[in-house]
Amino acid sequence: MGMTIAEKILARASGRASVTAGDVVEPRVDLAMSHENAALVINQFLEIYEGTGREARVWDPAKIAIIFDHRVPAESAKTATNQKKIRDFVAAQGIGKFHDIRADQGGICHQILPESGYVLPGAVVVGTDSHTTTHGALGAFAFGIGATEMASVWALGIALNIEVPETIKVIVNGTLPELVSAKDLILHTIGRLTAEGANYKVLEFHGEAIRNMTTSGRLVLCNMAVEAGATAGIVPPDAETLRYLHDVAHVRGTITLVRPDADAVYSQTIEIDCSQLTYQIACPHTVDNVKPLSEIEGTAIDQIVIGSCTNGRADDLAVAASILSGRKIARGVRMLVFPASWRIYDEALKRGVIADLIGAGAVVMNPGCGCCLGVHQGALGDGEVALSTTNRNFLGRMGNPKAKVYLCSPAVAAASALTGRISRPPQGVKNDEHFEFPSHDNQACLEAC
Amino acid sequence: MSTSSSPRTTTRLVWKLADDISTDVIYPGRYMATVLPSETPQYAFADLAALNKALVTGEIPRGSAIVAGKNFGCGSSREQAASTLKGHDLVIIARGFARIFLQNAINLGLRTIVCPEIDGEAGDELEIFEDRVVNRTSGNSFPTVPLPRSRQAIIDAGGLIAYTKQRLMGLMGPMGPMGLMGGPTP
Repeated sequence: MGMTIAEKILARASGRASVTAGDVVEPRVDLAMSHENAALVINQFLEIYEGTGREARVWDPAKIAIIFDHRVPAESAKTATNQKKIRDFVAAQGIGKFHDIRADQGGICHQILPESGYVLPGAVVVGTDSHTTTHGALGAFAFGIGATEMASVWALGIALNIEVPETIKVIVNGTLPELVSAKDLILHTIGRLTAEGANYKVLEFHGEAIRNMTTSGRLVLCNMAVEAGATAGIVPPDAETLRYLHDVAHVRGTITLVRPDADAVYSQTIEIDCSQLTYQIACPHTVDNVKPLSEIEGTAIDQIVIGSCTNGRADDLAVAASILSGRKIARGVRMLVFPASWRIYDEALKRGVIADLIGAGAVVMNPGCGCCLGVHQGALGDGEVALSTTNRNFLGRMGNPKAKVYLCSPAVAAASALTGRISRPPQGVKNDEHFEFPSHDNQACLEAC
Repeated sequence: MSTSSSPRTTTRLVWKLADDISTDVIYPGRYMATVLPSETPQYAFADLAALNKALVTGEIPRGSAIVAGKNFGCGSSREQAASTLKGHDLVIIARGFARIFLQNAINLGLRTIVCPEIDGEAGDELEIFEDRVVNRTSGNSFPTVPLPRSRQAIIDAGGLIAYTKQRLMGLMGPMGPMGLMGGPTP
C-alpha cells in the first residue's frame, strides 16, 4: 500500500519499511526547536534526571535549536532572567543552533530555521511552538509539542509514542489572481475545514498553484495549517524547494526529496480552484470565521500589523511597500511592521522597502513575536480593532480581551492602512513575489537541482 | 481497578464553556513568562474574570468539573494552559480537545475526558465512569471516547516525566513494559 509523505518520513525515522495511519511509532528527531519557553523545558529536563544518578546531558546538542523571539529584547526582569538561564544552559550543554538577541543572527524561530538551512526535506522536526507546522513547507514532518514533551526529546532523542496521523490531500488548481496570496488561500482553506477540521491530521498540499508558489508562500500555508487543528502541513518538495535550500539557506550536498506514493491513502481530498479566490479575512474571535473581504469592507481599524512567522517575509514587506510607497497611512491609524528575521530586515533596508514603509508612517520594529501574542509591544486599547497579517485572532490575543483582531494578507493590510478601513488593494501594484535575497549563484543551483 | 459499573469519580459541574476555547483564553499570552506550575494557577482563565475569581478565591472547590464544547485548548503549545488547570485540580470534560493541549494535559496528569455529547448546567452532579459520564441531576448518560491509546503508557506511569525517567533507565520498552510490545527502540 502506498504511503503519504508523513507516513514515509515517520517510517524512515522509526526504522520501519512502512507505516500506516494509526500505527504508534517513536521517530528519531532530526531537529528540536524551542524559544524562550526553553526555560520551562530546562526545568522539566532536569527533573527527568533527578534521582536517576545520571548526568543531565542532552542527547545531541547539534540537533537542538533555541531562538529568542517571543520577548526581544526582554520586556521584564523575569524574561531577562529566563533568557539568562537559557543562555547558561546553551553554553553548558554546547547547543550549537542558538540565536541570541543579535541583529547578525536573530529573528523569529519559524524564519530562522528555514533560512539557516536547519530544515531539510524528510526530516522530523519538533518545536515547543504550535506554528512548528511551518517547516512542512520544505517537505519535513514538523509538529508542535509541549515543554515536558520537549524535555523528553532532549533526553532520549525520540518523540515518544506518536500515532501516525491520517492525511488530508488539499489540491489547489488554477492561478492566484493578482495580489491574492497564499494567506488568502490558507484562510479560505481553514474556513472550509473549520478550526478542528484537521485535528490529529496532516494537510498535504498539491496542485498547480502550489507547484508555482515560492517557498515563502508555502511557509504561510504550512504555518497556518495548525489553525485548522492539523498536526502538520506538508508541501511535497520539488525544484523550488531545492532552489530555496541552495540559494537562500545555502545548503550544500545531496538532498533527498521524499514524495508521496501515487497510491497513498488519504482520509479526505479537497479541491480548490484558486483562480476564483478573492481576498479573505478571518473575523474575531476564531481563525475559521473567514469571510470574503467584500462582506466586511469598510470596517474601521485602529492598528495595522504586518509581520510575524506568518507574513513577515521579504515579499510580504515588499508588497506592502509598493502599495504604500509615496503615500501616507490614514490619520488616526498606527501601523507596526515586524520583519520575520534580521536578515530580511537588512535586505529590506538595502532595497529601500523600509524607507517606503517609514515614509508612509509605519513604525518598523525589531523582528519578534511579541505583538502577535500580546506579550511585548503593540497592545490594543479597550474597544480597539486591529487588522493583522499574523495567525491568530483569539479573544485577548493582542493583549486585550476588550479588543478585536482581524486577520488578512499583507496587501490588504497595507491598502487598509491608507484608508483606516478594511479595503481592497489597488490594482496594478507590482507584486514581486520572488523578492527574497540576492541569489549569488543561480547557475550553481540549476546544476545542483 | 474501577469497572464500568462503579464510578471512578463523583464531581460537580461548576462552569460551562463554549466551543473553540483557545489557550489564549485558558492562559493569556501576557503571562507566559510565568512558567512554574506553582505560579501559573493564579492566571487560569484570566480574561474570563468571574471564572478566574471563583478559582483563585477557592469558591470553586478542587476536584470540580468544567464542561466545554469542541476543540478545547486550540492554539498555542504553551504548557501553562495545562498546568494552570491542574493547579486547581480541575477535571475537564469536553466534546473534543485540540491535539497539543490534550497531549500536554496527559503529560502533566491533568484529568481530561473526551465526551462528544456531554451536556449539563452549572451545579449538576456528575459521575465519571470508565466509559461514560452520567449527569445525576438531569439523569442523562453520555459515552466517553478513550484517550489516544498511544498515550496509555504515559498515563499509566503517572505522567511524562515519570515515563521518560523509566525509559531513560531502561525499565520500559517502547510503548509499554519491556516485552509487551516488542524490543527496544530501533
